[in-house]
Amino acid sequence: MSAPNKSYDPVEVEALKPEEIERMRDEALAAFAAADSLDALQEAKVAHTGGTSPLALANREIGALPPHAKADAGKRVGQARGAVNKAFAARQAELEAERDARVLVEEAVDVTLPHDRVPAGARHPLTTLSERIEDIFVAMGYEVAEGPEVEAEWFNFDALNIGPDHPARGEADTFFVQGPEGADAGVVLRTHTSPVQIRSLLDRELPVYVICPGRVYRTDELDATHTPVFHQVELLAVDEGLTMADLKGTLDHMVQSLFGAEMKTRLRPNFFPFTEPSAEMDMLCYVCKGASVGNPDRPCRTCSSEGWIELGGCGMVNPRVLTACGVDPEKYSGFAFGFGIERMLMFRHNVEDMRDMVEGDVRFTRPFGMEI
Amino acid sequence: MRVPLSWLREYVDLPATETGRDVQAKLISAGLEVETVEHLGADLKGPLVVGQVLTIEELEGFKKPIRFCTVDVGQANGTGEPQEIVCGARNFSVGDKVVVVLPGATLPGGFSISARKTYGKVSHGMICSSDELGMGDDGTHGIIVLPPETEVGKDAIELLELVDEVLDIAVTANRGDCLSIRGVAREAAIAYGLPLRDPALLDVPGPNAFGYPVKVSDPAGCDRFTARTVTGLSPEARSPIWLRRRLQKVGMRPISLAVDVTNYVMMELGQPLHAYDRGQVQGTIGVRRAQEGEKIVTLDGVERKLHAEDLVITDDRGPIGLAGVMGGADTEIADHDDTENATTDVVIEAAHFDQVSIARTARRHKLSSEASRRFERGVDPQAASAAAQRTVDLLVLLAGGTAEAGVTEVIAPSAPHTVTVAADHPDKVAGVTYGRETVVRRLQEVGCDVYGQDELIVTVPSWRPDLTDPNDLAEEVIRLEGYENLPSTLPRPPAGRGLTGRQRLHRRIGRALAGAGYVEALNYPFVSEQVFDQFGLEADDPARRVVKLVNPLSDEEPALRTSLLPGLLATLRRNDGRGSHDLALFETGLVFQPRDAAKVAANLPVDRRPSPDDVAALNAALPDQPRHVAVVLAGAREQAGWWGKGRPADWADAVEAARTVAREAGAELGIRKGQYGPWHPGRCAELTVTVDGAERVVGHAGELHPRVLKTLGLPARACAMELDLDVLERVGDTVPQAPSISTFPVATQDVALVVDAYVPASDVEAALREGAGELLESIRLFDVYENAEQLGEGRKSLAYALRFRADDRTLTVDEASAAREAAVALAADRTGAVLRG
Repeated sequence: MSAPNKSYDPVEVEALKPEEIERMRDEALAAFAAADSLDALQEAKVAHTGGTSPLALANREIGALPPHAKADAGKRVGQARGAVNKAFAARQAELEAERDARVLVEEAVDVTLPHDRVPAGARHPLTTLSERIEDIFVAMGYEVAEGPEVEAEWFNFDALNIGPDHPARGEADTFFVQGPEGADAGVVLRTHTSPVQIRSLLDRELPVYVICPGRVYRTDELDATHTPVFHQVELLAVDEGLTMADLKGTLDHMVQSLFGAEMKTRLRPNFFPFTEPSAEMDMLCYVCKGASVGNPDRPCRTCSSEGWIELGGCGMVNPRVLTACGVDPEKYSGFAFGFGIERMLMFRHNVEDMRDMVEGDVRFTRPFGMEI
Repeated sequence: MRVPLSWLREYVDLPATETGRDVQAKLISAGLEVETVEHLGADLKGPLVVGQVLTIEELEGFKKPIRFCTVDVGQANGTGEPQEIVCGARNFSVGDKVVVVLPGATLPGGFSISARKTYGKVSHGMICSSDELGMGDDGTHGIIVLPPETEVGKDAIELLELVDEVLDIAVTANRGDCLSIRGVAREAAIAYGLPLRDPALLDVPGPNAFGYPVKVSDPAGCDRFTARTVTGLSPEARSPIWLRRRLQKVGMRPISLAVDVTNYVMMELGQPLHAYDRGQVQGTIGVRRAQEGEKIVTLDGVERKLHAEDLVITDDRGPIGLAGVMGGADTEIADHDDTENATTDVVIEAAHFDQVSIARTARRHKLSSEASRRFERGVDPQAASAAAQRTVDLLVLLAGGTAEAGVTEVIAPSAPHTVTVAADHPDKVAGVTYGRETVVRRLQEVGCDVYGQDELIVTVPSWRPDLTDPNDLAEEVIRLEGYENLPSTLPRPPAGRGLTGRQRLHRRIGRALAGAGYVEALNYPFVSEQVFDQFGLEADDPARRVVKLVNPLSDEEPALRTSLLPGLLATLRRNDGRGSHDLALFETGLVFQPRDAAKVAANLPVDRRPSPDDVAALNAALPDQPRHVAVVLAGAREQAGWWGKGRPADWADAVEAARTVAREAGAELGIRKGQYGPWHPGRCAELTVTVDGAERVVGHAGELHPRVLKTLGLPARACAMELDLDVLERVGDTVPQAPSISTFPVATQDVALVVDAYVPASDVEAALREGAGELLESIRLFDVYENAEQLGEGRKSLAYALRFRADDRTLTVDEASAAREAAVALAADRTGAVLRG
């Protein structure tokens, strides 16, 4: 590298001739234009703008010029270098754009490839259907009440006006728990979630509005339509001035929430010890809406062309039940209903065999996902 | 209760056009569960006529005896000539009157009759059995032989009342009255607004001193006993066709005239009756409780040991009947076949027994009869005299008997039952304004006597013992006004508080596990105690203490679960067997742990609220029922695919499931090496939480023991986790506090430490964390490395990434390094860790 020229040697430098500078510039521009890749462009850049490139060398010679010539030569070299840098930048941008476009094409994938690396899990539809029903009532102001599955007979039977001689209290219907040394324990697997209603009336302040979901037990053998362990949702409302019309409205609201605005329920007289008056509750068939009745051309599998689907039992809480819980039946009245979740799952989701809900086959449960 | 429409019409003039379906709909809306309507003879088509057998030729040479008969069918065949018929039955003789179906007819089941060649003869029709006519069992199992006086050529479809509709009603436990045609007819009359011709309205002579002697020693158990005597019954007399047919239609088998008549009257009036062969009864008929040790052979031939609470009918010898349930064999009416001992004189019993007593006896002896079914549900005591009278009348009429003048009636005095009810009570129950007039009218229709204005004094009819409370009367009004006419209104509950934290947690855990790929299973809680041996539990393991059932579905599984794993593993095996091998299952549910001192749950009164102590005592008799959560895994946790290799489920997945649950619960979960029951001793994590300052084991997670897997037939390397959710919930912090977020730059430092292989990584991490102090933002183990050559035998290298950050400044390299060195120093001190060079 030559040191700055301080001798003011007035020698005309070849490299600083205008035509030389133009040539260097044009060669650089041509080289950039000819570069067909970023690597080639980089090489051309080194060759034409690097420390040993002609223009850089020329620039260095400027210092050796006499003062009067410096400005002129400096201006010429500067303009040339500016043009070269600009051309480089332009070409670089061009090549980068080409490269980027090419890379994006090369990186394209088959987006239809499956990705079942960890197959999805699911909650059991009996759980989610129960929650769905709970939520309808929670939105109305009800609270969800729970209780033990192994229950004292007093809660499961006596307090519900199911006296000691009621046939349901036999071993043909109820699982009994062994007492100490073979004694009668007075304890059963609850046969319904109604004992939770009794516990609610004892534990809570009036008025009571609760929904009681849970597992219950009856001594049925497992087959296509029975299971000894099943799930119920029961509702209890005890307040001043509650009526059967309120019961009807509450049932209507539930089936509308679950099955659509045009749904309704039908009550038929029945008998249960814990309600009086009592009723069997049916809902309009949500599939045929009753159109299949007496219409052999349009049979309905869901309701067997009955037009109605049997849901469960209901009624006004028997004042004797209120009395057993210390609630004054002169002042308070209540209504209650209960039904099996398995049955509703069967007709709501076309489950044909009860065993499918019991056996835990992942192929059955998976399609139900997280909510139903 | 089966109710033939033809019989019903005898007491109610239903419009002729009403079909069985119409009546069904009306009765359903009135509250009777009419399950089916059976259309008898729906596809039956004549000619079906009465014939008289003229000749019988026994045909030889066939595998079974065959008869070629000629039968006189009058003009029914159009020619008046004898009809030639081949018949395979043998219970008829020349001169008998039989039922003949002629060519062109169709029998039930669409069986068309035509002349056809059989056994070398042409048979022009058939001689019919009751089966072929769809009549039900008549006890003969052969050709119907009609009474000799039956007119030849008469239409048998009408004669045998083959076309009818029968309603089948599931009578609820409170409506004993509807276990009779009389009761159903009353409901039909009300439903149609028509008058009832009450078959119990009979002229009955008053009691006198000449009747059969009866002594009731237990008036609480038997508040009414009517005895009547009929003598001189003709041993040849048979039940007429109409009576047999009605019994068949209601589902009873005709037996003998006296028995058929008592059954008929029971069906008609609902009053169970018993007929004693007077010749067999010795002395006074008594009613008392049995003495312990007494025995009786009932009509079904079974010898029964009596219980001191059983109500029995006695004579001088001792018990001759289980009152209200079944008579005894000693005094049974003789069969028609037993001509030597034919019954000619009978004593008719029409009594009323205590509902509960009969129910208990029936259950105790596992003996449910038509009589006990009625007494259990309530029989009209006032109908006893009429029923006895009706029986006497029929025996006189049909068997040529003579009614003795003596009438015995033992009646315990009782006042008619009254209920006081506000006239607007039904309105208040229903939420409808019916008005007093409607209420009174409906109650009167039911049979009540009603007095009073605002406060009604209602005397309920004797046939409705179920009407005891104001709400019972309200129900009568509301059902007759129509449940279908109830309006639909919504109550306004007070504002609720939504789901409880516990309920939300249970849902959250379900979603978190399902989100992690687990599928929920809901298993039965019934287990075999053998499973605890299979799990390798110690002899004194608390999980071996189980709640047992008196009457399990299967004797193999008499106990309730103390762990969710037996059920969940069975489901894993079932899925595996069905071809699903990559499995991740979960369950949340109750387990049942007996309390130390097992107690008995007392039977509290129901006429008042139990005291808190009473409730506590009941609860103390129940087992603990904590909610558990468990997962099981087998096969691949991650599938192989185009992205690369899969990954088998392993112990770490099971532990991670526990972490997932604990995270949802906001609980701090301790994880350390453990050894328990079904788990692989080297791959089992013990899971702990701190409860009230004390550490408590809440579960285990890891790979299952190879021996357990083999014993239970489970896939190799299956893994499991189980946790006590209730404890986790108790220690969980459900209100997370926001951390302060520093915006100063992070300083990252990595360390690799070499420790003995048995040192738990969690100990090393805890020491690093503590040693690093407040500047440490996070620590993460990113590599575990074992190499005997480089590290030495039994050593492992743990590589951690430490991130340091201060709240108030940018850390210098020196500060970060100092913290890291402090961390390493403490780890070295606590765990013998050496910085890897």
